[in-house]
Amino acid sequence: MAKQNDAMTGSKDGAPNAAESSMEATRPVQSGEAAGVGGLPVNGVPVNGAANGAHAADTTHAVAKSPNGTAGEDTYIGQEYIVRAKNIKKTFSVGGQEVHALRGVDIDIRRGEYISIMGPSGSGKSTLFNMIGGLDKPTDGTVFIDEVDMAQLDAFELAWLRCRKIGYIFQTFNLIPVMTALENITLPMIFAGASLDEQMEKGRKLLEQVGIAHRMHNKPNQLSGGQQQRVAIARSLANDPAIVLADEPTGNLDQKTGKEIIELLKKLNRESGVTIITATHDDKMLDVSDRIVWVSDGRIDKIKRRDEVDIKLGTLEGGVH
Amino acid sequence: MATMSMGPAKIDRQISLPFSQAFKIALRNITIRLGRAMITGAGTMLGIAFLMSVFAAHLASLSARDVISAGQMQKQSWLVAMSLMVSVVGITNSMLMSVTERYKEIGTMKCLGALDNFIVKLFLIESGLLGFFGALFGAIIGALFVILTRFGSVFNGNFDWLRLLVYLGVCIVLGTVLSIIAALGPAMRASKMPPADAMRTEI
Repeated sequence: MAKQNDAMTGSKDGAPNAAESSMEATRPVQSGEAAGVGGLPVNGVPVNGAANGAHAADTTHAVAKSPNGTAGEDTYIGQEYIVRAKNIKKTFSVGGQEVHALRGVDIDIRRGEYISIMGPSGSGKSTLFNMIGGLDKPTDGTVFIDEVDMAQLDAFELAWLRCRKIGYIFQTFNLIPVMTALENITLPMIFAGASLDEQMEKGRKLLEQVGIAHRMHNKPNQLSGGQQQRVAIARSLANDPAIVLADEPTGNLDQKTGKEIIELLKKLNRESGVTIITATHDDKMLDVSDRIVWVSDGRIDKIKRRDEVDIKLGTLEGGVH
Repeated sequence: MATMSMGPAKIDRQISLPFSQAFKIALRNITIRLGRAMITGAGTMLGIAFLMSVFAAHLASLSARDVISAGQMQKQSWLVAMSLMVSVVGITNSMLMSVTERYKEIGTMKCLGALDNFIVKLFLIESGLLGFFGALFGAIIGALFVILTRFGSVFNGNFDWLRLLVYLGVCIVLGTVLSIIAALGPAMRASKMPPADAMRTEI
């Protein structure tokens, strides 16, 4: 097919459109690589335009290339703290034995930051994540969201907080299986009491934003893992939250799809100023993070800014500039 | 930039969704999982069909002017008690399964801002609907079974049709109420779980 088209192009100059489309079709590998770097390859949601993509294709380790470089950082990170955790401890009792999942964790996160919580399984990162998100109560210590002590909230206020202030993304997507993509996205809006018109308008807009508007009437089992996670991301943004919490968002995805999801999260972080907190052990996440928090054995090991992290990543960063 | 509000946040109270909204979601849950729902409803249906057939058989015996001895009366009471127990166990089991297999969904809904009472409402409406239709069909099947097998006794002119209708109503109400009660426990427990626990639950 491709050869035939090429031959036709050679003989007929009068069909530039056909030539172009055949050219595109014959280089899926290259463009795929470039797209993974520049932004979203899906459905014409160009982030950086073609020139950027073509440039990125030259640099093999495009991981280091972030959309706007480091220049914009100060402009989108606020001064105030959106999350403050003070000496949180969590003890589970498993079969009569006390297991200390968290042994006193302090962390402050600014509005608009992109934070990655790294750590091996069993380090307590998921527990920390659940505490920050108000999904579980700490045994000791306090968590402030937007200066509000979560322990002081009753069930109604907590539900309001989860609905309006926090968006959740999970490793296993956690879409409601019986609902279509659009219905999944509008569900938090129903809980928030939005009108049907508002729901539909916002739902469509969000689906376009994450690049899957064409699948809006599909059920989760008709979508690929990456598409399901895009729906989940759109759902997390349904009520314009201040914080998006993503628990291993790339854990069930292949490398390339995972990278697309990370780029999408970063794009949303930059564009809407939403604070993103991820629990992950995906190294690809390091590069887009403003700060990285390492957790081990229920304590915070270290917190570093991205530019302080890892010589290897540093050289790649330098290579791009 | 819509999210950039300054200063401490004002925390409101989450609104309770109207009954109609919960009903809509519950109804869709049933229609979409129709196969699963029918199996759940079948538990109720069989129990109630058994109960109704005992009631109808009793009416048929009365109609045929059978001499009912004290021993037979006792036997029939036993049958009613047995069939009630079968219904309760069957319905409870079905409802328990249908709630526990959806713990993760419940946890997710709570993450999205669902109130505890909304989750409970959702499951009670669902189980109430399943119970109602299961009991309705069960009662009809039970009554038809007796009518067809004891044709002569039923159509001899003495049959108390009014009482049959009353029994029919009793069975339908009983099946619906039992379904709701059976779902109440698991639904309340699931709704009270912290979302993190609900989502962690593997069955």
